[in-house]
This record gives sequence, structure tokens and C-alpha cells, in this order.
Amino acid sequence: MSAVRTAPPPAFAPSKFARSLTLIVLVVAMVYFMGPVIWLIIASSKSTADLLTTPPFAFSQLNWVANWQALMSWTGGQFPRWVINSVIYSSLAGVVGTMISLACGFAIAKYQFPGRKALLMITMTGLLMPVALLTVPLYVLFQTIGLANTPWAVIVPSLVSPFGLFLGRVYAEASVPTELLEAARVDGAGEVRIFFTIVLRLLGPAMLTIFLFIFVATWNNILLPLMMISSDNLKPVTLGLYGMASYYAPNKGAMMLGALLGVLPLVALFLALQRHWRAGLAAGAVKG
Amino acid sequence: MSRNARHQALFGWLFAAPFAIGFLLVFVAPIIWAIRAAFFGSEAAEGGLYGGGARREVFVGFKNFAHAATNPGFWSGMGRVLAFGAIQIPVMILAALFLALLLDSFLVRRPGLWRLGYFLPFAIPGLIAAIVWTYLYLPELSPFAAALPDLDGIAFFLSPRLVLASMANITTWTYTGYNMLIFLAALQAIPHDLYEAARIDGASGWVIATKIKIPLVRGAALLAVLLSIIGTVQLFNEPTMIRTVATWMGNDYMPMLMAYNTLMGQISPSGMGPASAISILMAVVAGSLAVIYALVQRRIAR
Repeated sequence: MSAVRTAPPPAFAPSKFARSLTLIVLVVAMVYFMGPVIWLIIASSKSTADLLTTPPFAFSQLNWVANWQALMSWTGGQFPRWVINSVIYSSLAGVVGTMISLACGFAIAKYQFPGRKALLMITMTGLLMPVALLTVPLYVLFQTIGLANTPWAVIVPSLVSPFGLFLGRVYAEASVPTELLEAARVDGAGEVRIFFTIVLRLLGPAMLTIFLFIFVATWNNILLPLMMISSDNLKPVTLGLYGMASYYAPNKGAMMLGALLGVLPLVALFLALQRHWRAGLAAGAVKG
Repeated sequence: MSRNARHQALFGWLFAAPFAIGFLLVFVAPIIWAIRAAFFGSEAAEGGLYGGGARREVFVGFKNFAHAATNPGFWSGMGRVLAFGAIQIPVMILAALFLALLLDSFLVRRPGLWRLGYFLPFAIPGLIAAIVWTYLYLPELSPFAAALPDLDGIAFFLSPRLVLASMANITTWTYTGYNMLIFLAALQAIPHDLYEAARIDGASGWVIATKIKIPLVRGAALLAVLLSIIGTVQLFNEPTMIRTVATWMGNDYMPMLMAYNTLMGQISPSGMGPASAISILMAVVAGSLAVIYALVQRRIAR
């Protein structure tokens, strides 16, 4: 996907009218998709009184500091902790989840072992599983083994990603040449060493894509922490915000600032690693 | 078994094992657990209704399923989800396809910025998107809702008549850009010689879009619709959040909300057994819908 396309030959060039009409459609769509984001940024700067009285799409008095203080006193100083929790849960699930997805994907792509087909089929039905429905029994299971209301209750279910495995397999098939593995074996390298020194290096771009997918899915999940986590200091930011939103008459300016801060790390990550996201989506779309 | 086959089996499973064990723990065990739990209920141990307080598990057979399946609340929730999906999924998929075709055509020279802008809502966690839109629906905060009349004495977007559409809008806003990127990726995979040949034969941009591009992204569309059906049945963020301001909504407004509140003891009969029965019933409905859709698709394609 190149950013700038070569101009079409004059004979195929669309009319000026068609291009203006297209531009209008594109702008309307942009207003729809970006409007709420811009509104969120502006709303987060206002006091609740200003939110009610000033024009919604214009900054008035910048009230960020007061909103931050309100947010801190409202959450008993826990808010930064929640953001940090989200970062920790999502990163850990992302790193471990990526490693096990790649290892398993590599095994399925490059080894002949009994049960390989069955493993592939069963894990791929996991792709179409309504995962939210598993949260109810997962909660009971984790309570039984004593892991409910610990960080593990959020991390462990998040790091098993059938979609990550799917991508890992597709990438391993496409970019790990079997001859290279054979050559390394002839040179006397063990399988584990081959995986860590050769395979992971070849799968670098895949690694980042899978990491992003798992990271985002973990960050966005609300049902799992809602069921698993009851201690205030273990909440991820989405759960904390949900608790705040359910208050009677919440401080809306502080609420909007909290929402913005709960989104920023994710948006930053998205923008920074845009290219890799798209590569992953492309693999999914073409193979899927 | 030859030495090489043994070697392959050993290391294949060694690399596959961590994921396989995780999958057993996170997917397989809960399913088995839920099926078992659905056949049990809890009752007071020593008779008396308010007595000892100790409860024990008893086998109740299909009672939980019968209760969930004959509960009108469950089916009206399911009906809402179906109505939601029947309108939201086609609107979202068609909008995504339309935007993808537009960005892939000669009509747009620089698709990069548009693509990024449309996709950005996907980076916003579903619950936070629901918070932002819920506030956009509140007349006292919203840039546009104040101009609209109350319906049945309730704010326009939060009234019983429109609240499903309001929720559908949140989902559409979040996922249209994502689906658009999937379609764009599928469109990029089509060899460009195909278009050039069509152009030389005199095909217009419209003909190329409808006769070449759309049929070729069919596979991607099928998957997108399937995933959307599965996602819709488990809709949770939107009703949960909107309920904090639309207090008229019941705690069983949608099936996932009902399953959650059943587990948490807000809906009677409560507990693990009834909640599992509801979850399993939902999974069966979701699976049936997905299979029906796939079969209908195949028949049409033939």
C-alpha cells in the first residue's frame, strides 16, 4: 500500500464532478469518525459547569489541572495506578502470548507430529468462539484454583489468543524456509537453539503484530476484569472508569479526562506501529 | 517410528505445548465446567429457608436450561440482539466496503490520511467509546442531542424506541474502520493487471468495482460478517454503559447482561448453574446463526 498512487492515465481519470462528490463523502465520514474523539479532547479540558454551558466544539477555560485533581481525589489517588496496571497486564499478556503463539504456530507449520491437524482445527474453532461467554466459567475456575482477584486472573486468559496462533502459523509458513532449518541441523544446532536464534529473528515483524493484537485486546477487555478483580488497587483503567461512570451524577469533566488518559497510551501505540498493524490485517484478510 | 519421526513428534509438541496447555485451561476447561455447572443448582442444606445458611450443590438435570429457555426475559433480550444485528451488521459491512472501494479507486489520490482517521476509533476501548457516546447522547452535554425532542418523556437517543439504534451506532463507529482495512487489504491482494485488462476492454470504474472487486472480496466479507454475528450476541459494553444513564433499562436487557447479573445474584434464580445455562444457550444460538449464515452464503454463491 503506497501512500501516493501514480496518477491514472488521462483516459481513465475520473471527472471533476465525481472527484468533488467523493471528497464530500470522505469529509462527512471523517467528521463522523473523528468528531467524538475531538469532542473528548475538548470536553476533558472543561469543568462540569463549562461542559453544560459553553459551545461543545470550542475550548473555553482550560481546566485540565482542576480535572486532574478531581480525578485523583475521586479515585483516592488510584487513577495513575489503574493506567499502570493496564500497561502491566497488557504488556505481560502481549509478550508471553506472542511467544507461545509463535512457538505453536512454528510447530504446526514446520513439524510433523501426531495430533497436529486436530490441534489446528480445535484452536481455530476458538477463533469463532464467543469468548465473553467463557468469562462466567473462567471466573469460577479461577476462584477454585485461588487466582481470582489477582493480576493472573486477567493476564492468563488474555495470553491465549487463537488469532495470534493463526497469524503465527501463517507467518512461519511464509517466512521460515525449511532448507534453512535443515542446514542449521546439519551444522549441529539443537531445535530449541534454532527457534530462539533463527526462527524468532525471521519472525520479527510477525512478533510485533501479534503483540499489538494481544496488547489491545487485553487493554480493551472489560468483562474479564469486571468479574475477576474486586480490589481497587488491582483494577485496569477500563474497569476503574466503568466504576466511576456508574456513580450517581459523576463529575463529568474529570470523567472525560479519565477517558482520554485511558485511551492515549493505546492510540499512541497504534499510531507508532501503524505499519505493522496493517501487515497483520493483510495476512488475516488474504488467508482468512 | 523412525528416528526422524520421533524427533519431529517430540519437538513439535515441545513447541506447541505452552499454547496447547493454555488453550486447555482457558478455552476447553471452562466449556466443560460450564456444561457440568449448568446441570447443578444450589439449595439450602438443612431445610429451613433462612436457616443455617450453608448451601450445597444438587443435581437438577435440565432444570436450568428449561428455566432459561422458557424465560421470556431471555428471549426478548435475544430478540433485541437479533434486531440489532440484522440492521447494524449490514450497515457496517456495506459502509466499510463502500469506503474501501472508494479509497482503492482512482477517485482518491492520497488514501493514507483518510484510512488512518476512519480506523482510529478501533483504538478506543469499547467501554470508553461507550462512555463518550453515552455523554454525546445526553441532551445537557451533547452538541446535537439538545435539539431533538424527548420521546415518551425520555431523552431522544436514550428512549426505549431508539436506544437500540443508539447502541448500534456505537458499534458501527468502532468497527467500520477495522472492517474497511480488512477489505482494503483484500483489495490490495487482487492483481492490478486484472483492472488494466478490464479498462482496456472499456469497463468503467463502477463496472470494475461491482463486477471484479466486490466478488473478489467475498471471502473477506464472509469472515467479517461471521465475526460480527459472534460479537453481537455477546454485546456487553454498550448496554452496560447506557444503562447507567437510561435507568429504565432492565438488568436483563441483553443476554450477556442477563448472564452477568444472574451470576452476580441480581437476577433470580441466580448463581453458577443458571448463569452457565444462559451462556450455553447463547453460544448455541450464536453458533446456529453463524452456521445458517455460512450455508445461505454458500447457496447464494452457487
